[in-house]
Amino acid sequence: MRVLFERTRGLTSKPFHYCPGCTHGIIHRLVAEVLVELDVLEKTVGVCPVGCAVFAYDYFNCDMIEAAHGRAPAVATGVKRVLPDRVVFTYQGDGDLAAIGTAEIVHAAARGEKITTIFVNNAIYGMTGGQMAPTTLLGQKTTTTPFGRRAEEAGYPLRVAEMLATIEGAAYVARVAVNSPKNVIQAKRVIRRAFEVQLAGLGFSLVEVLSTCPTNWGMSPPEALRWLEEKMIPVYPLGEFKVPRKEEKHA
Amino acid sequence: MPRVLMKGNEAFGEGAIRAGCRYFFGYPITPQSELPHYLARRLPEVGGVYLQAESEVAAINMVYGAAAAGARVMTSSSSPGISLMQEGISYLAGAELPCVIVNVMRGGPGLGNIAPAQSDYFQAVKGGGHGDYRLLCLAPSSVQEILDLMGLAFDLADKYRNPVMVLGDGILGQMMEPVELPPYSGELKLPPKPWATTGTAGRGTRNIINSLYIEPEELEEVNLRLKAKYRRMEEEEKRWETYLLEEAELVLVAFGTMARVARAAVERLREEGIAAGLIRPITLYPFPDAPFHAAFSRARAFLVVEMNLGQMVEDVRLAVEGRCPVHFYGRTGGVVPTVAEVVSFAKEVWHKS
Ligand SMILES: Cc1ncc(C[n+]2csc(CCOP(=O)(O)OP(=O)(O)O)c2C)c(N)n1
Ligand code: SF4
Repeated sequence: MRVLFERTRGLTSKPFHYCPGCTHGIIHRLVAEVLVELDVLEKTVGVCPVGCAVFAYDYFNCDMIEAAHGRAPAVATGVKRVLPDRVVFTYQGDGDLAAIGTAEIVHAAARGEKITTIFVNNAIYGMTGGQMAPTTLLGQKTTTTPFGRRAEEAGYPLRVAEMLATIEGAAYVARVAVNSPKNVIQAKRVIRRAFEVQLAGLGFSLVEVLSTCPTNWGMSPPEALRWLEEKMIPVYPLGEFKVPRKEEKHA
Repeated sequence: MPRVLMKGNEAFGEGAIRAGCRYFFGYPITPQSELPHYLARRLPEVGGVYLQAESEVAAINMVYGAAAAGARVMTSSSSPGISLMQEGISYLAGAELPCVIVNVMRGGPGLGNIAPAQSDYFQAVKGGGHGDYRLLCLAPSSVQEILDLMGLAFDLADKYRNPVMVLGDGILGQMMEPVELPPYSGELKLPPKPWATTGTAGRGTRNIINSLYIEPEELEEVNLRLKAKYRRMEEEEKRWETYLLEEAELVLVAFGTMARVARAAVERLREEGIAAGLIRPITLYPFPDAPFHAAFSRARAFLVVEMNLGQMVEDVRLAVEGRCPVHFYGRTGGVVPTVAEVVSFAKEVWHKS
């Protein structure tokens, strides 16, 4: 019998704890598959966030470190400076990376730290009960913006990929979504590219992944995928915002 | 052995290098900045890495990552910076990662000033960050002792898989003294760290560095295991120095720079016919109680002198167990008590006891 699909050995056999329809699981699988396909799983050190992915160290089948809320890029910096020949990645939510950890991600990018960040943007704080995130859309209802986010009080959504793409030390910055098979396939290609940039020693790489939180958005999983498509992508357009200089010339 | 003139802040750095430390992550703050200046120059010479972080919060988390990767790593700061590092220190203690943190204390609270103080004693020895944890805390009182204790600090960090704080102050950091450099081969054989997250290659099993235990019983078990580790430190690592303690009827107690003032005061008091002696704790946690017990039979009073409003005095009272009056004299805000001040307060105490 031919095996058409199997669990990647980039993941452990532990079942995910994520809510039904949450796309954190898809993103985990893409990262794990890429690490296996690039044949770097055994020399990879991952850094987990605080947020729904806090238990990611149970799932990725490589050495893992749990970091304090928002500090994963600093922790990854410490690892990479000691072990420059290893592959180091952080996996972070939007509360983790775009609120409490804004300084750490900006400066890891500015230093051109040779790490890869997988940035999961679900426009909300999942783990703590659906509070507003810096990425929450205007008008979006959350437990701390019960009448919808208003710019007058709560400011504007932060476009992390666009912001980081302006930084010299960032070598590769892209945004993808995992709401359709086509987008999932594209997301994997982009995640692979981000790790290739690290392996080539070109500098900091980040992939922002638009993700769903059906639980805190108060939607069914299919509704959540539609909401991502219709509401999030117009605010957070997909694409590559920064590619390594050499590649720019070829383009 | 070569004798050189060295500044305290530089001695922290040279001591670390001789102990095999090759990684430094920090953020500038007075009065410790000569330490990062020194390491920025010295570390590349020995194949190490110096990195100026964007904040103390980032610096201590870089230390966390480097320690997880198995390196001998350190950071340094002064009071307000150490406050920012407390988040990371709690995580380091929780994840049982070895590292060395130097605090060259200045006046506080708040922005305070850049004058020398000892007012972070509570923060250093009673916690500072959240959770049930302890830091090993060493308090040198001369430039030579800084050099010697840095080696010990790294060894203790590895032995217990725990952060170690070396507590200095602005005077100690800025003073210059002739020192003998500890032996240094350039290549040190450091203990293996099979738990480090270096990639699974050649190991097979995964290493996880973590301090998250969702089940209360599980976390309690971890905390009890940590407590047993701290017990072991209390049994094995108490260090102190005494001066003229035998026969002492008035026992001065002081650490770090203040112990130098107290020692001079003891000499002055002896000249005036008062049988004074000195206990100088070298480890502030674990706090050395043995010399206090040894002093009970003769002592009529203890006098704790500090560059704060009375922080170590609480530990001294615990060690004295109510068997003898414990007095306190201190100045704060960066004011350093003079020998004359201490002598005159000591005489008052003496005549009352
Ligand atoms: C210092 C600190 N502040 C706050 C928290 C509480 N906290 C845990 S997860 C979280 C939000 C995480 O949201 P996000 O990064 O968007 O991840 P998600 O859960 O949505 O995947 C917060 C505020 C914490 N653990 N530590
Ligand atoms: S709360 Fe939201 S982000 Fe968290 S697991 Fe559930 S659906 Fe996913």
